[in-house]
Amino acid sequence: MNWTEDDIRQLLDRLAEELRQQLHDRGIRDYELVGIYAGGAWVAEALRERLGRTREAGMLDISFYRDDFSRHGLNPRVKPTRLPFDVDGRHLVLVDDVLMSGRTIRAAMNELFDYGRPESIQLVVLFDVGRRELPIRPDLCGEILALEPHKRVELHGPSPLWAELMEQTRQG
Amino acid sequence: MQPDAHLLIRKGRVLDPAAGRDEVADVLVENGRLSRIGASLDAPGAELIDAEGLWVLPGLVDGCIRLSEPGGACTGSIASETRAAAAGGITHLGGLPDTDPVMDNAAVVQLVYEQAEKAGFARILPMGALTHQLEGEHLAEMHTLHQAGCVAFTNAGYPTTDALVLKRCLEYAANFDLPVVFRPQEAALTGNGCAHDGRIATHLGLPGVPVDAETVAVARDLELVQATGVRAHFHQISAAASLRLLRDARERGLPVTADVSIHHLLLNEHALEGFNSLCHIQPPLRHDRDRQALLEAVADGTLDVICSQHTPLGSSARLAPLPETRPGISGLDTLLPLLLHLVERGELPLERALDAVTAAPARCLGRPAGRLEPGHAASLCLVDPEPRRIPGEDWLSAGRNSPWLETELPGVVRLTVCEGKVTWLSD
Amino acid sequence: MTTEPPSSEVQLTPGGRLRHFLAIENLPRSLLTEILDTAAGFVSVGDRSVKNVPLLRGKTSVNLFFEPSTRTRTTFELAAKRLSADVLNMDIAHSATSKGESLLDMLRNLEAMASDLFVVRHADSGAAHFIARHVTPNVAIINAGDGRHAHPTQAMLDMYTIRHYKGGFEGLTVAIVGDVLHSRVARSQINALLTLGAEEVRVIAPRTLLPADVEALGARVFTELEPGLRDADVVMALRLQRERMQSALLPSEGEFYRLYGLNEDRLRHAHPQAIVMHPGPMNRGVEIDSGLADGERSVILHQVTFGIAVRMAVMSMCVSGQESGEV
Repeated sequence: MNWTEDDIRQLLDRLAEELRQQLHDRGIRDYELVGIYAGGAWVAEALRERLGRTREAGMLDISFYRDDFSRHGLNPRVKPTRLPFDVDGRHLVLVDDVLMSGRTIRAAMNELFDYGRPESIQLVVLFDVGRRELPIRPDLCGEILALEPHKRVELHGPSPLWAELMEQTRQG
Repeated sequence: MQPDAHLLIRKGRVLDPAAGRDEVADVLVENGRLSRIGASLDAPGAELIDAEGLWVLPGLVDGCIRLSEPGGACTGSIASETRAAAAGGITHLGGLPDTDPVMDNAAVVQLVYEQAEKAGFARILPMGALTHQLEGEHLAEMHTLHQAGCVAFTNAGYPTTDALVLKRCLEYAANFDLPVVFRPQEAALTGNGCAHDGRIATHLGLPGVPVDAETVAVARDLELVQATGVRAHFHQISAAASLRLLRDARERGLPVTADVSIHHLLLNEHALEGFNSLCHIQPPLRHDRDRQALLEAVADGTLDVICSQHTPLGSSARLAPLPETRPGISGLDTLLPLLLHLVERGELPLERALDAVTAAPARCLGRPAGRLEPGHAASLCLVDPEPRRIPGEDWLSAGRNSPWLETELPGVVRLTVCEGKVTWLSD
Repeated sequence: MTTEPPSSEVQLTPGGRLRHFLAIENLPRSLLTEILDTAAGFVSVGDRSVKNVPLLRGKTSVNLFFEPSTRTRTTFELAAKRLSADVLNMDIAHSATSKGESLLDMLRNLEAMASDLFVVRHADSGAAHFIARHVTPNVAIINAGDGRHAHPTQAMLDMYTIRHYKGGFEGLTVAIVGDVLHSRVARSQINALLTLGAEEVRVIAPRTLLPADVEALGARVFTELEPGLRDADVVMALRLQRERMQSALLPSEGEFYRLYGLNEDRLRHAHPQAIVMHPGPMNRGVEIDSGLADGERSVILHQVTFGIAVRMAVMSMCVSGQESGEV
């Protein structure tokens, strides 16, 4: 199964709309987008455009926070985390492409708290494959998938953005 | 004490470089004496040994070993090390005086003789200290030591920095016609060096011992030999540049002989790569050009003798970073196999190789050994040159500090007879 | 003959990951680049309000300094702490435990305390190799300087600095000035520069401060300063120890400065954009003039900053290499 550029665009359009609505409902006017490198950063950028924001989205590389570091080693292509704003007291929208075990999100939140104490964090993901190992759920999600155990979904980008179903290689 | 041997060794290839002999013959040992070498000998009552396919050699003479007793830096005992010698076909060993207490008095010489006698595996030919306590300041009692049995005098690895003291030592030795053995290494130029001052030392950041540390000493010593007329032997030449000095001296007619360690003929500075402290020796392993020049010098006789440079060390001597390890290789177990290895590689002709571990060292030490001479006490060994073995599997020296433990090498000694006694017998 | 495995084999897992960091020699370019790339990720960590990342939480790093060096020890300590590791400083520089079996006994004791990383500084060349050969398999050794042999993390922070200012190594001419003979830093720098593809590495020193067969290291040798500096893109000074005067290698500091000391005027012979580096601590007015050390061309203070990130990179790579199960 594949998601074409068009499919992804529709998902993103809807997700942006829902996010706008939710922020409105919660009375949040001032907020910052933070994408998790790499897929999450692409999604955050796509949402930024749709929400008509001029401010650059933040980018998190959670390599230094992974709990499986000793098993898999460091990714030598670590991108420096870039948060072009002060985290303290801000409302953050954390964006990732695929939510699986929840470990990446935990690592990302740990890292965010090393930069400061945000007022709130909402989680937005493109796909939720529901293979939860931690009590972490998205506030918004583009599509919920029920995958067979050996499958995973991978987002390709940054341009065009498309996704495909692949054989599971390793836990990540 | 073993009884005197009574043996008829049949149809072995008898190799005796001193006599230029290389023929298949029978060798008869009667009451410990080598009585005859000839075809189809008969000797009722003698134990028959079938030596077909085996070599009958004079007992090997290792010109330079460090003694494990008394005290000193080396591990093991005279018994353990002479047993390793016997198993390696060696019957006579030149022993250095750097024991503890130093062999600068008759009591120590006596002790070494007695311990060797008691063990009964090989004859040790002690070399007395040239200076008191090897300190390079006062003459040792050379005449007394000679009377006690010392065959030569040396300051071993210890420096004789004061040229005047050295000259007096040589004059004194010459006065009684005692041979002096030099171990040429200029202390100031050596410093704390532990590797040849070349490419590998530079890569590994090891303090270097330059070639001139040796040549400066050889040149000075040769001038003093000329001035005093002493008989001189040079231990452990390591550098090609020293050979030119030795050849010059010979041409000038100086009474000079020299030896090299078997390791310097097989290894070069690269052996230290990866901080391999098993190859940490003094003088250091040098450039391969030096190694090749040393081989040529053995072949042409500039270097008379090949020795093991036997230095058995306990395991703790190696448990340190390379510069702090004690230099030295335990060499008795491998002298003959390594020599055969060199011959097998075509790096040395067999006859010269055997001469360099039999007649030549005996001549340098002024001892009637290292030859198959009818009428004298028999010192010989019986070698099977074919089988290969891993030395580490039946190592006998108490020191296992050798880079050769796991290397398959040719030759097994079946029988060793030292001065009429069987000191080693294997199947 | 029994040989020791090449140092690359000691340092890498069969899969080519770092498990000890003992020397630069024989390591592939890809691994050195990986260290620099990983360090780049850590540089930004130093700019945050919370400067720690949890990568080595629960790990213990032991500083084994058999030779005193507060500076180097401090940077390793800071690097370990920024990785959230526990740090143990063993003050052994003056104790008797630096030799033979007692050294191994001490290692056994530290292993029994479940240490994960030993950072070793020792006056003997080969000490870090020796320790790496004798520790249990799950302890990583990082060489913080052994005798005259190697100081690989210093060299890598220098490489980081060069890449930062020059963009890369292709086409670069690097001149190393001073006491090459006694310098573990110079050996590691030369190895690293050549592995990373620098065009030419020069060493500039009087013959008394050059090792035998120095060309074997792959460097071009100059005994005069100005020709050696000509068009160099990077000029690295080495520290001159005062003992060198006592051991008759040099007549005086003054004459050394007159012949080999770096100053603005002499740097005119180098490339106009040349940067000046020094591994510290500097002897101002001996190997380098104060004005130059504090001037525009000097990147010496940045070297210190980058040093922490490079050490964080090496430490985390070694620990993960040890734990990868490939031994």
